[in-house]
Amino acid sequence: MKLLTGNDLKTGFVTWWTGADWSLHIEDAADVGEAGEAILAAEEGARRVNAPYIINGEQTADGPRPAHIKDRIRALGPTVRPDLTLKPADPAAGDWVI
Amino acid sequence: MYKYDEYDHAMVDARVAEFSDQVRRRLAGEITEDQFKPLRLMNGLYLQLHAYMLRVAVPYGTLDSRQMRMLAHIARKYDRDYGHFTTRQNIQYNWIKLEDAPAILEDLASVEMHAIQTSGNCIRNISSDQWAGAAADEITDPRPWAELLRQWSSFHPEFSYLPRKFKIAVIAANEDRAAMRLHDIGIQIVDKDGQHGAAFYVGGGMGRTPMIAPLIKDFVPLDDMLSYAEACLRVYNRYGRRDNIYKARIKILIHELGADEYRRQVEEEFKHVKSLGIDPPKAEFDRIAAQFAPPPLDASAPDAIDRSDPDFAVWVDQNVAAHKVSGHAIVNISLKPIGGIPGDASSAQIDLMADLAEKYSHDELRVTHAQNIVLPHVRKADLYAVWQALDAAGLATPNLDLISDIIACPGLDYCSLANARSIPVAQKIATRFSDLGRQKELGELKLKISGCINACGHHHAGHIGILGVDRKGTENYQLSLGGSGAEDVSLGTITGPGFDEDGVVDAIERVTDKYLAERTEGERFVDTFRRVGMAPFKEAIYG
Ligand code: HEM
Ligand code: SF4
Repeated sequence: MKLLTGNDLKTGFVTWWTGADWSLHIEDAADVGEAGEAILAAEEGARRVNAPYIINGEQTADGPRPAHIKDRIRALGPTVRPDLTLKPADPAAGDWVI
Repeated sequence: MYKYDEYDHAMVDARVAEFSDQVRRRLAGEITEDQFKPLRLMNGLYLQLHAYMLRVAVPYGTLDSRQMRMLAHIARKYDRDYGHFTTRQNIQYNWIKLEDAPAILEDLASVEMHAIQTSGNCIRNISSDQWAGAAADEITDPRPWAELLRQWSSFHPEFSYLPRKFKIAVIAANEDRAAMRLHDIGIQIVDKDGQHGAAFYVGGGMGRTPMIAPLIKDFVPLDDMLSYAEACLRVYNRYGRRDNIYKARIKILIHELGADEYRRQVEEEFKHVKSLGIDPPKAEFDRIAAQFAPPPLDASAPDAIDRSDPDFAVWVDQNVAAHKVSGHAIVNISLKPIGGIPGDASSAQIDLMADLAEKYSHDELRVTHAQNIVLPHVRKADLYAVWQALDAAGLATPNLDLISDIIACPGLDYCSLANARSIPVAQKIATRFSDLGRQKELGELKLKISGCINACGHHHAGHIGILGVDRKGTENYQLSLGGSGAEDVSLGTITGPGFDEDGVVDAIERVTDKYLAERTEGERFVDTFRRVGMAPFKEAIYG
């Protein structure tokens, strides 16, 4: 599957295209198939996202996951600071990242 | 400490106003990211893995308590309560919001700091010896010269769009604590027959093509230093490769021209440049130098240290260095707790170090290229109080220059250019070697880790260096041995095939075991390596 990701213009936070909007959570990401380029152009133009790009992903029981380690780290947060990730209270949250 | 004059203030304030307007226009959609990116980079604002990243310059690594507290304030108010001190004596914040950037720069300007020229193809923050002004072995304080270079290079109209970034270091001791010869220009203030001059080493660097800077001129009279630097840069600006980013650094130009031909061109250019009156009048230099006058230190202060607390004594032996004034010492604060993140400090720790500097170190602190902090002027009689306060804040790890005093770049946990993570490897190595007795047995051992070939973690210059690479989408680590960034400068040699994260920790243990078996009396790891060569280590690692 193909996913769209970028950073929020104002905050810089990592965001994922949900099919209608942008979310901080990879679980909300939607498969954009072949439509990625067109969505990127429109969304970047509308300033809803900064520096967006298309990545490969895979569907898992827990939701979509980026194929490359770099985007998996982006999806959750630094592996060395679990307290700063999106799920600071869940010690198992990062199990799929590496 | 240098104090901004009206020109410094005006320049920085004008830049804050200009960038604030650029941010406003970007947020309002008046400019695109492509237009905005070069503008934000000129102000130290990157877009990294998790958010914007702001790199703040600490000129030649020197700052006062007020500035240090501002760094803590920024971490607390705008970031996530910590900062990362870097190998270029800067600090990076990893979670900055674009909309906050103007306010942060305003806060910085209020304490005479900024993020200008911390990115882009310009002359970057001038780095120096973190013990400058205090070291027992220096011939003079190099910082007035570093400050002069800072003023000369700030907004230098001719050198704002060089072929590539440009890094300058200035030292004034034979012991090189600033990796001087791994800079685009390394300047060593030297003494010849009672006269001070500048030795110019040009064309060093790390990155994908590491090179040690050759000596271009052994003695430039200090009255000519700026003109000579200008000539060095002009030749580079004219002939540096703008067509290929991988060949754009000055080291490649000098390598291709040869040091002799480069020197000839610089000398020729210098004759012309010298007629332009770039070097400041003596009165102006004296005005700058006066601001670096040594603090009033009482040379009759007691020299003895009460070592009755054994933990304190261990720390003194490892982290405290000789000061040029008797009764005083240089305190090195390790930002490398075992299992911690090299170079990271929390707002509370930054504040505490500021408080200690104010109370015990004449209001001065330094950031080191090894990602530690220094209190340069502490009375020996105050060392115990300083240690107790540091210890209570987790800042008294007695590991300076030992195997757990690791330099590590942010790597794939934070950096968008990374191939592999650096920090977890550093944590695992420090944890494996956590026993202090074992670390001390190994002695001086400089371990440096970069998460990609850009070499921000100085891995080429590590006695043991680790480079993270991407092997078919998984992290892999190459090991190199025998580098040094000090006065015995050398580049490491790769041992062979790479390892996974745990594998590289095991390999290092085999390397250190081999060293203990091979070394002769008084040999550091790197000395043994140089004597016996790679073969026995390779054998130990790969069997
Ligand atoms: C996280 C954002 C960073 C980016 C995007 C970045 C980018 C780069 C790049 C592209 C190079 C290679 C330059 C070349 O070979 O021409 C480089 C080199 C270097 N960087 Fe970084 N870096 C980052 C962080 C850091 C940090 C955190 C430090 C300090 C710990 C640092 C210090 C250095 C040093 C010392 C070099 C090698 C010296 C040289 O040859 O320029 N950088 N960096
Ligand atoms: S060496 Fe590579 S991974 Fe490490 S900070 Fe530099 S660019 Fe990033």
